[in-house]
Amino acid sequence: MSEFTGIRGTVWFRALTGQASPLPGDPKSVLTSDAPIGKEQARFLCVVPDPHGRFPCARHGEVGLEEAYTLATRVREVIDESKNTNKRPIVAIVDAKSQAYGRREETAAIFLAAAAAADAYGSARLAGHPVITLVVGQALSGGFLMHGYQANRILAFDDEGVMIHAMHKAAAARVTLRSVAELEELAKKIAPMSYDIRDYAKLGLLYKLLHVENPEKPSAEDIRNVQNELVGAIANARSGPVDLRNRLESKGAQEMRKASLLVRSKLEAQWQEA
Amino acid sequence: MTDKRYGANFIHRQSFIELDARERATALFDAGTSRELLGPFDRVESPWLAMQGVTPQEDDGCVVMKGKIAGQAAVVVALEGAFQGGSMGEVSGEKMTAALDLAYADSKKGIPTSAVILLETGGVRLQEANLGLAAIAELMGSILLLRKYAPVICLSAGTVGCFGGMSLAAGLASYVVMTREARLGLNGPEVIEQENGIDEFDSSDHALVWAIDGGEQRFATGLIDALVEDDTPQVVDAIRRFVGKGVPAVHRSTQVELFRSRIKALDTSRQWEPNELRTLWTAKSATEGKQ
Repeated sequence: MSEFTGIRGTVWFRALTGQASPLPGDPKSVLTSDAPIGKEQARFLCVVPDPHGRFPCARHGEVGLEEAYTLATRVREVIDESKNTNKRPIVAIVDAKSQAYGRREETAAIFLAAAAAADAYGSARLAGHPVITLVVGQALSGGFLMHGYQANRILAFDDEGVMIHAMHKAAAARVTLRSVAELEELAKKIAPMSYDIRDYAKLGLLYKLLHVENPEKPSAEDIRNVQNELVGAIANARSGPVDLRNRLESKGAQEMRKASLLVRSKLEAQWQEA
Repeated sequence: MTDKRYGANFIHRQSFIELDARERATALFDAGTSRELLGPFDRVESPWLAMQGVTPQEDDGCVVMKGKIAGQAAVVVALEGAFQGGSMGEVSGEKMTAALDLAYADSKKGIPTSAVILLETGGVRLQEANLGLAAIAELMGSILLLRKYAPVICLSAGTVGCFGGMSLAAGLASYVVMTREARLGLNGPEVIEQENGIDEFDSSDHALVWAIDGGEQRFATGLIDALVEDDTPQVVDAIRRFVGKGVPAVHRSTQVELFRSRIKALDTSRQWEPNELRTLWTAKSATEGKQ
């Protein structure tokens, strides 16, 4: 597992949009750009490290207060501009270390900022915008809830440097009173605990795993392939419902989320009787 | 004027905090109208805990009840803080999401069905890690659907409070109700101390913890909608009031411009006294202020 560097987000943002700068008035840690994908203009968003950011605990690629409200602003712009016209796709490129862990953040209610970002993405999806998430690096915990997890379709690179998880290893081991070695051993047997993206893919939450030769220095062919996959995911999202039910209806979920399916069928039956 | 905290009610009150999840849920309904769904006798428990040597519970620490509140259809989902810290696993998460989806389906059919979510939780259950995180994401999607048709009311009474991913669920709610004993925040003090050191957050400083995350502070800064005493009739009154109010004109989590400008105006070169924020951010909540 490679250490978090924050390079991949910028690399892929540039690869897909041709540039990598924030919009005027935005913090340097949020990249926003409108760029062509297929025959339309999508809005691309990415959170990247800014070593000189205003908030000391959000300088390494964490999604903090400013990042969350900036994402919410830039996503809501797309919803507002296209109320009566074509619903443009929104693409979240994800390489986010986590949420920001700081006292300032808690004092200024990062829980609400986080909800506002997720609200914007979720509201865009419900309004009919195809919201596509491309995980190119880390997608951890609250960072992913704010930026990426409300998408209609989630794509991720099939690569060792990609990780989707509820909490990074060291912290998860501490909280569950285990050593990192014990945690890794358990994670091999228990798919939802695994840090391996291929195990994550078994849960049925991903639309697709993408093979990319070199995620940190993509070739022109890599980029073309990813663009084609994004076009496919956008079309696929448009053809389905705007809620998140596809995740539980997926093939993977039939196998790995049997308990969820049981809960749903039993609760539905009892609800009708109550 | 007497201090409300030690007012006459102090000795007569009926503690809500001392109730377990099932008793809390029952207390919120009009008498005799509630029925538990997928209760412990249905024995749908976590499939992941036993294989890790953790004893599961037959309701997975999540109580779902349907009935009437203030004469209107409602569902209450209560997390049991005493089981695995109220954490969200696959089963408890799906119970909550499915209950909200059923309330949404009924609301769309013309029976507005409010949801009341009782949050005593540290967030994701790490033994079920990615399925817990996914459950929270799906729950958030379902809150966004339901809250257009019927209010989603979050109540954190304490003493676990509401942390981690589930604080985002509270952030999306139509209304949030807390007691002084409850706390609401994304990262718990221990986690911040572990990640960024004791200088950033001394988690043993309980006064500081409550000054930041406590119900009184969250109410005084306009981030929640009601502060109630740990008194069952008061809690019930607040919930009935918000069920009666229905869907708010504006949800707090859509007030992006307001909160973004507030964040921009803060001096980030130093830590703030939580009290400073009370003067900068008025107690009038962003949702009620717009009505």
